Amino acid sequence: MHITSPQFKQNAKAALADEQLQRSLTHVRKNFIDKRAKAAAALPEFEALRDNAAAIKNHVLENLDAYLEIFESNVISNGGKVHWAATAGDARGLILDICRKAGARTVTKGKSMISEEIGLNEFLENAGIEPVETDLGEYIIQLRGESPSHIIAPAVHVNMDQVRDDFRRVHTHLPPDREMSEPESLLKEARGILRDRFIKADVGITGANFLVAETGTTIIVTNEGNGDLTQTLPRVHVVIASIEKIVPTLEDMSQIMRVLARSATGQEMSVYTTLSSGPRRKGDPDGPDEFHVVLLDNGRSDMLGTEFQDMLRCIRCGACMNHCPVYHAIGGHAYGWVYPGPMGSVLTPQFIGVEKGGQLPNASTFCGRCEEVCPMRIPLPKLMRHWREQEFSGHLTPPAQRRNLKAWAWLAKRPKLYHVATRLAARGLWLLGGRNRRTGFLPFAGAWTRHRDMPTPEGSTFLAQWRKHTGAGGNAS
Amino acid sequence: MSQPVKVGLFVTCLVDLFRPTVGFAAVKLLEEAGCEVHVPVSQTCCGQPAWNSGDRDDTADIAKEVIKAFEDFDYVVAPSGSCAGMLSKHYPELFEGVQVWDERSRAFAAKVHELVSFLTDVMGVQSVEARLDATVTYHDSCSGLRELGIRAQPRKLLQSVEGLELKEMNNANVCCGFGGTFAVKYSDISNAIVTEKTGNIDKAEADLLLAGDLGCLLNMAGKLRRSGSKTEVRHVAEVLAGMIDTPPIGGKG
Repeated sequence: MHITSPQFKQNAKAALADEQLQRSLTHVRKNFIDKRAKAAAALPEFEALRDNAAAIKNHVLENLDAYLEIFESNVISNGGKVHWAATAGDARGLILDICRKAGARTVTKGKSMISEEIGLNEFLENAGIEPVETDLGEYIIQLRGESPSHIIAPAVHVNMDQVRDDFRRVHTHLPPDREMSEPESLLKEARGILRDRFIKADVGITGANFLVAETGTTIIVTNEGNGDLTQTLPRVHVVIASIEKIVPTLEDMSQIMRVLARSATGQEMSVYTTLSSGPRRKGDPDGPDEFHVVLLDNGRSDMLGTEFQDMLRCIRCGACMNHCPVYHAIGGHAYGWVYPGPMGSVLTPQFIGVEKGGQLPNASTFCGRCEEVCPMRIPLPKLMRHWREQEFSGHLTPPAQRRNLKAWAWLAKRPKLYHVATRLAARGLWLLGGRNRRTGFLPFAGAWTRHRDMPTPEGSTFLAQWRKHTGAGGNAS
Repeated sequence: MSQPVKVGLFVTCLVDLFRPTVGFAAVKLLEEAGCEVHVPVSQTCCGQPAWNSGDRDDTADIAKEVIKAFEDFDYVVAPSGSCAGMLSKHYPELFEGVQVWDERSRAFAAKVHELVSFLTDVMGVQSVEARLDATVTYHDSCSGLRELGIRAQPRKLLQSVEGLELKEMNNANVCCGFGGTFAVKYSDISNAIVTEKTGNIDKAEADLLLAGDLGCLLNMAGKLRRSGSKTEVRHVAEVLAGMIDTPPIGGKG
């Protein structure tokens, strides 16, 4: 995928000026938040469940190698195959091999962020295999040649008029005067087209929300049922999942499930929870002949044992971006790679390098709302700060910013000099503000005054007044 | 007679420079609550700008000076949830595993409180002697709210101000877009966030906007003045202390 994270500021500016996008984002700003709050409030044990879910994942991350091997052996005894992919390229290659062996011309796909992470669609297309996204949101953005702007609502940036235009443009075999005024008619149209694709597909590719070690089961939670058709109708089912998706037991999975949908959409459970344990067995009415699991590392094992290990607890619910004022302002595409919002601001520098992704963890007010709602209690602001530390110690912070900071710190460590400087500043800014007590222009702070005034000081500093007030003695210590 | 409670007032760099009235209001409120207030005059800043820029070394240098200057008081109080959060939550994080300073920063952190919550939760203040005939709306600043759990305390004391009527705005708990250097580094995004915030402030139709953090207040006041809003802006301590002779933040005197 084309990376635009280094141009984050320009992306953000364009997003802020995009009126259609701004209208679409109102849905995120309100609905997701209200629904999650209601779902959390309805469950007295919700906070305890969060603790429990985080503890399960912490235990997994301390024993990841062991659980992955148990998972692999159980997949094999179920009749499936496990493929280990160290890099995105390895994963793409492994999936292409499977598709080629199956003689695939088209593959259907359930919604998978890992597929986005490894850039699978483009790769398959270039290899002459047509990938067909079957999640409605993913289908829409595939038609538009876009990437998801939200990890659980990939087309949240698109409105109905745009979808109608896209359908008219692409579904040219349908009568041009067909009924397209209601969302239901568009849904029906997409469903009709996808039905045909499901039946013709040679391979079905899905992601996984969980991998269960004790049973060798992969699990997807969905709302549309497209995942089930993707994985049961074609002859070959490929699951692409990253290694941290593992949980020890079905019981552990169901514990984490209790916080997943509530945090994501405010549902108690998603509509479908689909468990896949191997290929079709004798006597099974349906199911694929082959069952493959591609396990992707792609740098995740490098995060183990580091300050970023906590991030591997993430279950991709999207609550952090749903509650993020920065995401609300600019939407997901401005982040410039696969994962947006606070979780993306932590993950992106890990995957594309802090030189390219460093803007993202800086673009946060550290308001802490993401951490407040994260079902896995990931300290997202702290992890973003760790990236800033890596940038600072690696001299990647912009030089002017670094110089200013260093000059300020130098002064802050010299109280006498600092107080002379603040007395002068208090006086100077007071003069600048005059009777208005504010200024619309401030030398070196145009970024502030472009959008708002700067209230000016009262004229002398507190400490100067306090010294006068208490004389040499008093309580000044 | 028992010894008075000795409080070290951490003024904060923004109050020191921009709004000394808040410092004097804090002194008044603390003294009325029976505290003996000390102001170490060597104080500068809590180090948060360095900490949030990833500069651990400078943060540690600054933090050590703060700890040395304040650790002997019974309590350390700041008229800011953000700075109090820095002192009480992030200093121990900064010095985790650092010999001597790990323990020393924890002991120091245990003494640190934000002003209004200190008055209610530690000193047991139930009401204040103040009067203000105005409608006010209160913004919950992020660090105070999420790091220190400050929400009910300022509202409780505001209810005791004679003549004051509290009108809640929508999304009072959502960030104002300040975020320290964020407001300058990402000023376009910051502007979008503060525009959303001042929209909610205007809809509350209050005479006065209050909050407990000067950074947020400068940001919101700057936007309200630029957009021609009628709502004036003050730090909550000014109203609680009845010190409203100083013109409002960014307002004409």
